[in-house]
Amino acid sequence: MFRTRPDHRPETVQVFVEGRALMVPEGSSAAAAILISGLSSIRETAVSGSPRLPWCMMGVCFDCLAEIDGVANRQACMVQVAVGMRIARQHGAREVPR
Amino acid sequence: MSLVPVQAAEVPRKFDLAIIGAGPAGMAAAITARECGLSVLVVDENAAPGGQVFRAAELAGADPALAHDMAPGLELIARFRALDITYRPGATLWMLDPDTGTLSLARQGETMEVTADRILLATGAQERPVPIPGWTLPGVMSAGAAQIALKTAGMVPSGKVVLAGQGPLMWLLANQLIRAGVMPVLVETRTQPILRTALEAGGIFSGFGQLAKGIGLILKARQAGMRVISGARHLRAEGSARVQALRFEGGVEPCDTLLLHEGVMPSTHISMAIGLEHVWDARQLCWRPKLDVFGASSHARIAVAGDGAVIGGWEAAVAAGQLAALDAGLRLGRISRADRDFRAEASADALLQARALRPFLDALYAPSQEVLAPPEESTIICRCEEVTAGSLRWAAAIGATGPNQAKAYLRCGMGPCQGRLCGSTVAAVIAETRNVPVEEVGHFRPRAPYKPITVQELAGAQLGADRLS
Ligand SMILES: Cc1cc2nc3c(=O)[nH]c(=O)nc-3n(C[C@H](O)[C@@H](O)[C@H](O)COP(=O)(O)OP(=O)(O)OC[C@H]3O[C@@H](n4cnc5c(N)ncnc54)[C@H](O)[C@@H]3O)c2cc1C
Ligand code: FES
Repeated sequence: MFRTRPDHRPETVQVFVEGRALMVPEGSSAAAAILISGLSSIRETAVSGSPRLPWCMMGVCFDCLAEIDGVANRQACMVQVAVGMRIARQHGAREVPR
Repeated sequence: MSLVPVQAAEVPRKFDLAIIGAGPAGMAAAITARECGLSVLVVDENAAPGGQVFRAAELAGADPALAHDMAPGLELIARFRALDITYRPGATLWMLDPDTGTLSLARQGETMEVTADRILLATGAQERPVPIPGWTLPGVMSAGAAQIALKTAGMVPSGKVVLAGQGPLMWLLANQLIRAGVMPVLVETRTQPILRTALEAGGIFSGFGQLAKGIGLILKARQAGMRVISGARHLRAEGSARVQALRFEGGVEPCDTLLLHEGVMPSTHISMAIGLEHVWDARQLCWRPKLDVFGASSHARIAVAGDGAVIGGWEAAVAAGQLAALDAGLRLGRISRADRDFRAEASADALLQARALRPFLDALYAPSQEVLAPPEESTIICRCEEVTAGSLRWAAAIGATGPNQAKAYLRCGMGPCQGRLCGSTVAAVIAETRNVPVEEVGHFRPRAPYKPITVQELAGAQLGADRLS
């Protein structure tokens, strides 16, 4: 659903989205990597099971909570990609430690 | 990009001034505060300085889609980086104790506490929610989200793009997308007439420079061939697994990506959580912290500046940041009152100038009632807990007098976002149902942690506390 513009952002970083290797522009967030990957959803809602993708990309909506490098419930839009980062969909309810 | 990891042990734990947010307000405040001789800490969740307007400017500065807009930001960032300011990127403030001046920060699995004599919240604005039917479908995003993707990663939506809503940012994004090789269709929801609004609101002459820029954006997008549909009402996003079309009264636009926008409002999550006094802004239709001209809040240690205080745009944010820093200089005994007031003059002038056009913009782009309180029963209001407008109306009818009471009935505001996104809608729907002014029903009272922190980080916090004691 999103495409990169390599002519203008040539530097890339390799990450893994749901296990699939993907080159994304330097400076991308993990949520951006998901959008580039074409994944149809990042999670299904607990109540109705409907699919979701990021809404705000700036840390407001929490619709991007994902498992990043094995740590669940991370705001994917607020995490910058790093080489080899593993980004995965999160299964089950989203729980935020309080 | 320089993202130097900061070792906990190397960073001093006490500062004269701690600033949350490295946007225009925070950077300008930091620069002025250093000039007054204060020791300054700046923390920001993002990886680089710039805030929302100049997000990732150091990366985006060479991108032809953005270069023009980023230029003033690059200048500010260079001045900010050149000074001896402790700047910690990628760090989130998740708890703040205003009485002791203690900030709890999380950064990549580590947490730490620092203290400051004065604290400036420069945390900026967020986009208003646009709760139309279908807004939770994959492929529907806020316009700002697409802009952030463009600024940080140079990426653009593929396929057919529809921009829907209103506001200056909408036209800016349209131009940026066009420059990036994407031709969107713009479906504008503006209902206010331009000329009459201008005559009534005023500010057209003093704000002429900004007005000319705005008109320039509209003309450029139209000249480039962007199709504009005006006066659209009753928007709904349609599709099964993802968005396929935007429907509105009298029309339908097929799309692969739908970008919604109805303006921005101050992010008051932290300022409300720490209990600052807030006032309802009837012109901007939002809550904002109650402040004096220097940004000083109802708490003796805390100031707020920039779009987190009142929506004024980045130039106003710079001026407000400077004023708050000068006031910190006075309060901490580094400059005299006369000195503060003398230096404040230029910033106060700039602030007035930057805000001149606001009354016009606020009136012109006032969101309609259907955006503030979605009329259709099945429309989702709270994305986290999937609470609909209908169920909220029911709760309001049987006794939920305000957002905090509605929580007990419906869990709205109890999901991971803590009501950041739905708060304004929840209040507007309850007010409408009870037939009282929205300021009367109040707002969610958020609490710490402001952001989810991982178990690992919590454990780290415990360790940090042990180390400190
Ligand atoms: C999505 C979006 C896009 C925008 N784009 C433009 C634009 O292109 N052009 C324009 O003129 N205006 C834009 N604006 C308007 C914007 O409000 C500007 O006027 C300007 O960025 C405001 O400056 P500021 O310093 O007040 O806040 P901001 O620039 O928003 O900076 C606030 C900073 O605080 C940080 N922060 C917030 N909470 C925390 C926390 N808990 N811990 C650590 N850091 C935190 C954020 O990461 C952010 O960098 C945009 C607004 C939004 C919401
Ligand atoms: S996309 Fe909204 S919080 Fe990440």
